[in-house]
Amino acid sequence: MPDALPLVDRTIDEVGSALRAGELTSRQLTEACLARIERDAERLNTFLSLEADAALEAADAADIELARDGTMDRPLLGIPYALKDIFVTRAVDWDGSPLAGGLPTTAGSFILEGYRSPYPSAAQEALERAGAVLLGKTNCDEFAMGSSNENSAYGPVRNPWNEETVPGGSSGGSSAAVAGGEAFFALGTDTGGSIRQPASLTGTVGIKPTYGRVSRFGMIAFASSLDQAGPFTRSVRDAALVLGAIAGHDPRDSTSVDIPVPDYAAALTGDVKGLRLGVPREYFVAGMEPGVEAVVRAGIDAFRELGAEIVDVSLPSTDRGLATYYIIAPAEASANLARYDGVRYGLSAGADELWENYTRTRGAGFGPEVKRRIMLGTYALSAGYYDAYYVKAQQVRTLIKREFDDVLSTVDAILAPTSPNVAFRIGDKADDPLAMYLNDACTLPVNIAGLPGISVPCGLSDGMPVGLQVIGRAFDEETVLRVADAYERAAGFSLLRPPTATA
Amino acid sequence: MASISRADVEHVAHLARLHLTDDEIDRMQTQLSNILEAIETLRDVDTSQVGPTASVIQLENVMRDDVATPSMPRDVALANAPLRDDPFLRVPTVLEEGR
Repeated sequence: MPDALPLVDRTIDEVGSALRAGELTSRQLTEACLARIERDAERLNTFLSLEADAALEAADAADIELARDGTMDRPLLGIPYALKDIFVTRAVDWDGSPLAGGLPTTAGSFILEGYRSPYPSAAQEALERAGAVLLGKTNCDEFAMGSSNENSAYGPVRNPWNEETVPGGSSGGSSAAVAGGEAFFALGTDTGGSIRQPASLTGTVGIKPTYGRVSRFGMIAFASSLDQAGPFTRSVRDAALVLGAIAGHDPRDSTSVDIPVPDYAAALTGDVKGLRLGVPREYFVAGMEPGVEAVVRAGIDAFRELGAEIVDVSLPSTDRGLATYYIIAPAEASANLARYDGVRYGLSAGADELWENYTRTRGAGFGPEVKRRIMLGTYALSAGYYDAYYVKAQQVRTLIKREFDDVLSTVDAILAPTSPNVAFRIGDKADDPLAMYLNDACTLPVNIAGLPGISVPCGLSDGMPVGLQVIGRAFDEETVLRVADAYERAAGFSLLRPPTATA
Repeated sequence: MASISRADVEHVAHLARLHLTDDEIDRMQTQLSNILEAIETLRDVDTSQVGPTASVIQLENVMRDDVATPSMPRDVALANAPLRDDPFLRVPTVLEEGR
């Protein structure tokens, strides 16, 4: 590793080897992250909550385990990380009092301000088992609805590459924290692009696994048929390591699928010779920035040199994705968000009549984008419109999925841009919901079809990162990771870091 | 051309149990109309021979074993309640004359 790169800006793979070799302790790593957080996090607005003492305690426990033998198969042992504040973290003790060191969960919303979950998410449990060290919870768009992190009730997050710009969304705090050296990895959630798009905008790696691959238990629901959890990391290998720790069947999520979890890191052969990779012409959309298109096309060309066969393919319903998504996702959201009623937890308006209390609580607690989506979803599900909107969208969903299945029966994976643009300036699209929605035009069809997709850095346009998206067959994260890793090794962008990467 | 009236917005807000200010209703009317106009492009997709997809994975109804397990302790369940009257949650008046 280059000596110039500060410790906190390196990969899990690098610092993990040093941990297991006894050259470094988890406490040192955790203290280094906390120092970077102390320096940058307030300015970037990456974290919504942080428990430094609890993190250091977990680091010390990891150091004790690291001192023992048999830690080779625990690649995340002692590695500091962050969770998007959409994953609940246990923060209530058995007697109902606040649990010491427990982190609150807000989902980026005022309606959950101060909420302390009585139980942990599957993600928190899995990463605790893996021995990773939880630093805190990252900022995000309210209820994961947004593409810029400007919809957080707790303010926008700044992109470490250029602090006047957005880090993408909705997992913007997670992408910025990983890009900025505040955590070695972070989990996000992806309903229409909320991992891949911010990964693209911050020069990080972000993978959305196949729907059903990672448990959604304890992940605050936005659109239940589309939501998936996944990691942000600084390398594809790191993404494989984290995915291996969080993937797998969980009986508490009835949509989690009971199939074995492969050794994802073992799939990273560096070899894509003979693979057929499809490039869908519809993904180079009008309105795409020329600089982004040039960098993505150069990335695709690099695969030819690696011996892959590039195939021109067509996904004709791609331009229906946005409309389909903006019926299905808000419809599901309007049902999921009905639970915020001011009775069992969260904000209560304190009105003296129940119905009044429902409407006042929700009116005061939800922000503009969440209200818009609740309204849109309620409208699409309301009597007289259900067939015309909701059923129609589900039918088009079938078409979109079928087209992906057909193409993926002739190619091993699909290459596409992740985002049509680089990070834009904070405020630039805030008043135009439709312009904002277009940010996810290249990512949301993948959620509609439930497929795995990864964004891997493929260069810079105007000095800002661009992501290349690799989309694969259902439950074939191995090929997706293998393709992205082979590219990453060949392309030489893996050492690109933002200006914050200074000691 | 999708356009929804102010009364439509008020009706949907009622269904969603969402209080909106007058300004919010105005903005919502314009923004929802714009979004619906974009969404209505789905109308010209031929779906006459296509079934709906509610979920991409084919799963049987998942049932767990019928075994009693401890519930969440009451104090834990009540810990986040905005209004409580131990050992209960407290809610505002539900029934009122004329409702």
